[in-house]
Amino acid sequence: MVDFIHDNYAYWAIMLLLVIGLYGMLMKKNLIKKLIGMVIFQNSIIILFVTAAYKWGATVPVVDPGRSTDEIANYLNPLPHTLMLTAIVVGVAIVGVGFAIVISIYRNFQTLEEPELLERMK
Amino acid sequence: MTGDHSVVLIPVIFFTAALLVPLCRRGSRRWPYWVALVSSLLGVAASGEALWRTLSTGEAIHYHLAGWRPPMGIELIADPLSAFFCLLITVVTVFVLWHGRSLVESETPGKAVPFYSCVMLLLGGLSGILLTGDLFNLYVFLEISSIAGYALVAIGDKRAPVASFRYLILGTIGASLYLLGVGFLFMTVGSLNMGDIASVLQTRAMSPVEISALLLIVLGIGVKMALFPLHGWLVDAYTHASSTATSLIAPIGTKVAAYVLIRALFYLFDTDLVREGIPVMNALAVMGAVGMLWGGVLAMAQTDLKRMLAFSSVGHVGYIALGIGLASPLGFIAAVLHTLNHSVMKAVLFLICGSLRQKLGDNALDSMNNSLRLRMPWTMAAFTLAAISMIGLPPTAGFFSKWYLVLGSLEQGKWHWVIVIVLSSLFSVVYFFRVLERVYLRPQEGAEEEPAPARDESRPSMLAPVLILSASLLLLGLGNVMIVNHLIRPMLPAGF
Repeated sequence: MVDFIHDNYAYWAIMLLLVIGLYGMLMKKNLIKKLIGMVIFQNSIIILFVTAAYKWGATVPVVDPGRSTDEIANYLNPLPHTLMLTAIVVGVAIVGVGFAIVISIYRNFQTLEEPELLERMK
Repeated sequence: MTGDHSVVLIPVIFFTAALLVPLCRRGSRRWPYWVALVSSLLGVAASGEALWRTLSTGEAIHYHLAGWRPPMGIELIADPLSAFFCLLITVVTVFVLWHGRSLVESETPGKAVPFYSCVMLLLGGLSGILLTGDLFNLYVFLEISSIAGYALVAIGDKRAPVASFRYLILGTIGASLYLLGVGFLFMTVGSLNMGDIASVLQTRAMSPVEISALLLIVLGIGVKMALFPLHGWLVDAYTHASSTATSLIAPIGTKVAAYVLIRALFYLFDTDLVREGIPVMNALAVMGAVGMLWGGVLAMAQTDLKRMLAFSSVGHVGYIALGIGLASPLGFIAAVLHTLNHSVMKAVLFLICGSLRQKLGDNALDSMNNSLRLRMPWTMAAFTLAAISMIGLPPTAGFFSKWYLVLGSLEQGKWHWVIVIVLSSLFSVVYFFRVLERVYLRPQEGAEEEPAPARDESRPSMLAPVLILSASLLLLGLGNVMIVNHLIRPMLPAGF
């Protein structure tokens, strides 16, 4: 059990981040805090991909004369990292749209606290 | 004529148009509108050609982006299922844009350019979701269409940004859960290409990681589809968005998510395992059935026409989910046929909401009475036809998808679903006849003194798309045997 936790400590940390992000998005009353939760949530998934693709002792996928190309443990699979570059771009775009929407909410109702917002929307 | 390129042309047309629309604002004020409309017509032509070719050859069209062969490169696939959905969303868009020509300017003045740009972005994203054969690419297209969707919802009344923010939070949770599921699949199978993954998954038993991947994908897409307990974003978003935005997002947005669900459950994972090993299909059917009743009950309680239709959308997504959940050929046919019918019905109803809003100023049910019948006879006739189809009376289209759903339930001896279908149809009788009773029977307050209201029909450019779409409900109903045999049966996955 201890070994299981120790060997997968990165995944435990990611799971914690995931839960913190979800908590922030769903439970926090302030809209900016919700967005912060969203960023944490998205980034935990990005870290998951990067962590899962990492191998100890492996190098970047450029042929190295000192290393055999027959042994897959010598080289990293670059695909998850490239995918996550795209995912980061997507995440940034969503946060941008989120802030734009928050600004227009503030212009319409002069508050970003959800209870007050619901009060003023009536 | 275009060779295999018609497949890639569909998203490319829309993304190019999304860029062209802001550029051509310097020309005439009307240019953004025409660019959007012409691109949608081109999209209809390209998807129609793709559908015709894949049906006539009986094979899917594969397009390898930049010439990289899968599984290394990304491929676009037009098989009967995806080409059919592409044609559906582009056709609905043409009608919505046709109807929205003056409405967009009058409801959201000065925002026409970003509006049409977002519409094109939405269409590009949705057609990308339908055509792609790569799971991660699907995620990217999903987010493109979602971002455009958030923006479209936010261009609405004063409360629209709040609805849009809620949609953004829940939509991002959904898309991220989907990405998590894709990550799990990639870690165990080592590929992102759907055909590749399917060939691996269908030959061996699924590991726990793959089962959690399946659950995460279903959950994530369930949020986008507004499946019953995950539908929280839908109602406010539909109510507060502008009329044209709602009539665009409501018919096609949730349907494309339903397509992803069909694609994942019937083509990607081993169908036998999904059906019997883990109760995903049963869970979907139960969620769909509860959604049908829940949407119906809440629709009856609404005092705003648009909000009522939004709740009825929750119910009708339930029909599609129930069809998928039956996991039989008849259930599959019912799900796809209902997607088609519901898209057309909801488009008609929300377009009429837009016409009414232009004439009356709002969609409150209280302000409706029999003067509407005299003022807008044709619009109200179209409304009645669409309402009858939503209730599911023959020979309108809505009856036949419910009929296949009932047949599919009976085939498996699941009588309880039949009861749910009948009950939810009764609910829709109640909430639509509340409206029809007002429009046709309730006299105007103090009508004796005032002269009968003059004919005040909405302008031809708004009336024509409504009438054509509602007439097509009859055609879809009468021609349903042909549609099922020639269009939907070729879509059935190989195992059926």
